[in-house]
Amino acid sequence: MENQLFTISVFTENQVSLLHQISMIFSRRCLNIESLSVSACSIPGVHKFTITCCSYRAMMEHVVKQIEKRIDVLKAFLHTDDEIVFQEVALYKVPTASVLESNIEDIVRGNGARVLEIHPEYTVFEKTGHTDEITELFDKLKVLGLRQFVRSGRIAVTKAPEELVSDYLDRQERRRQDINNE
Amino acid sequence: MSEKITGSEILIRALIDQGVDTVFGYPGGTIMPVYDRLYDFTDRIRHYLARHEQGAIHAAEGFARASGKPGVVIATSGPGAMNLTTGLNDALMDSTPIVAITGQVQSALLGKDAFQESDVVSVMLPVTKWAIQVRRPEDIAPAVARAFYIASSGRPGPVVIDIAKDAQTNMAEYKFEPCTFIRSYDPDPEIPEQVLSEAAAILNEAKRPMILAGHGITIAKAEEELISLAEKADIPVGCTMLGLSSIPSGHPLNKGLLGMHGNLGPNINTNKADVILAVGMRFDDRVTGDTSKYAPSAKIIHIDIDASEFDKTVKSNLHIHASAKTALSKLLPLIEPQKRSEWVDSFSQHEEVESERVMKREIEASTPDGKMLMGEVVNKVSEAFGHDAILVTDVGQNQLFSVRYFKFKSPRSCISSGGLGTMGFGLPAAIGAKIGVPYRNVVLFVGDGGLQMTIEELGMIMEYNVNVKIVLLNNNFLGNVRQWQHLFFNSRYSATPMVNPDFKTLASAYGIAAEDVPHRDNLDEAISRMVAHDGAFLLNVNIDEEDMVFPMTPGGHGVDEILLNSKEYYKPV
Repeated sequence: MENQLFTISVFTENQVSLLHQISMIFSRRCLNIESLSVSACSIPGVHKFTITCCSYRAMMEHVVKQIEKRIDVLKAFLHTDDEIVFQEVALYKVPTASVLESNIEDIVRGNGARVLEIHPEYTVFEKTGHTDEITELFDKLKVLGLRQFVRSGRIAVTKAPEELVSDYLDRQERRRQDINNE
Repeated sequence: MSEKITGSEILIRALIDQGVDTVFGYPGGTIMPVYDRLYDFTDRIRHYLARHEQGAIHAAEGFARASGKPGVVIATSGPGAMNLTTGLNDALMDSTPIVAITGQVQSALLGKDAFQESDVVSVMLPVTKWAIQVRRPEDIAPAVARAFYIASSGRPGPVVIDIAKDAQTNMAEYKFEPCTFIRSYDPDPEIPEQVLSEAAAILNEAKRPMILAGHGITIAKAEEELISLAEKADIPVGCTMLGLSSIPSGHPLNKGLLGMHGNLGPNINTNKADVILAVGMRFDDRVTGDTSKYAPSAKIIHIDIDASEFDKTVKSNLHIHASAKTALSKLLPLIEPQKRSEWVDSFSQHEEVESERVMKREIEASTPDGKMLMGEVVNKVSEAFGHDAILVTDVGQNQLFSVRYFKFKSPRSCISSGGLGTMGFGLPAAIGAKIGVPYRNVVLFVGDGGLQMTIEELGMIMEYNVNVKIVLLNNNFLGNVRQWQHLFFNSRYSATPMVNPDFKTLASAYGIAAEDVPHRDNLDEAISRMVAHDGAFLLNVNIDEEDMVFPMTPGGHGVDEILLNSKEYYKPV
């Protein structure tokens, strides 16, 4: 039972208390959520949580089932890194003076970073990428006297052709029509 | 456009439209508008006033378990709501449909530590199937419809509707539509044909199959399907504690109770079986013992309506995600009639040993001082009711002895706090059960510890003349903890001796008939008087404190490693 990083996508209704309903399933087992990102997904009215967590597969499979059991959750899926395309975004704030003394082109071009703002006092870089790429730029900018740094949670899409929740929604729509004799 | 009415009246009308005629509860500040409106509907909704909110919710649980209908409980905000949490958790663990309605402070005060404000939804989420806060009167009826649908469908469970006081007093139009569908919830999954045929093939080829019958059978009312399938394929049945009354005790294929204090036959043969059909049960640790030693030679087919139960503690070879009723009725035609006499008979050698070595000394007890053993009392009371009463238990030795020695003829007859093991459950649950099914006899077995946890509910018995027979198995000890202290803590009886009140006088104070049974010689007649008495009765039975529940699989042991007494493990020949 070796620990590894898993990504969980949870599709939910857009309702109050869902974050609590999901997070309590982790905290009950003393599992630490490494990152969390929530937003509307491609299907109107459906929200998507992307959660990363380090544990072993059997544990995560059961966590996913318990998340899915919550009434307001539509569907939850467990992924490993090879099953998804994923990304993070980070912002770095560095004193402009020290940026000017360094090789800006190397920072921007060499790391695929962008400059968002240049102020006499500070410059803000943005970098999207995987965790290790963001950390690599962090290490470089730290030398220049990094003042602020923030990193988003992981966001991910699957390599499947559609949203994985679509099948479920289609099935439920047929159920609804059956129940209402439509 | 229809007339506007208050949120409170909307709530009451919605409850009536939902088919509710009985509620349990306790009033208080933020639920007063609801109670005020309830006063106008006393001809349609009977409200039972508990003496504590915990009593109210356990009564609602007993009502639901006995009747099969959702139990409704009403409480005020803050402490009222918080006192429901134990019952909600109990109902969640034992899949009991409960709709709890709590008052909440006015919306404008929410989050500001108002008087008697608790963050009800946040506290309740981990102990409920669903919880919602309502702040507008127009949202009450849809919340009620949704709550009842969620509580009673799929794997039933408790739900909470937390209603702000201004939602109760503000006005809206009333329109009730029952809830029959929730997009994010499928309580009635279809079983793929292939899964059914695979399951049937495994069962048809089995040489030593066994059915483990759980609470899911009672919940789905699948007793007939269970018995038909067992009889058709000649498959012995072991029951979990909450599955006990799903097949009559006397049925030749009923091989008894599974688990830590279960019968030798089904526990030993769990590890001999080549196929296990687990129906509406969840492989609780009290059933399986050490899972690494559990059913090593069996292919396991697991039927459950809750997909999160699959592979949770025990890996199964095949899942059937459906209610017990749906799954068993679809399996039945695919199952070949067979005779498995040798296998079915293989249980009897263990039964004989258990009868001789364990049950006989318990039932035919002969303590020198006349103090009685729990098994003999349960056995006699069960018999006095023709083995057809509803058994309600508290938690501890009283529970383990009564589920071992009580006998069942009819379904839905075993009500006990199985998952959470809530002491104090028994008395109010028995009251609720009797209110739910007034035409049946309800017998409660309770210890001196558990009775005192919710003893205030004697008040409910007094006020509403609830005819429950209370058998107090009184050993002046917290008996089950004492048993573990004896076996595993060098007989150091830390905090388990009880200094008790005079229970007979206490019952009398509530106008409840009561009798002390000091000596074995008094037992038979006292039981007869209890049975004959028209009304509630408390029998205070003097129990030998040395009495211990056996057989026993100690924690961490395999299901077939069973103590016959405190020193000796069972060694089947």
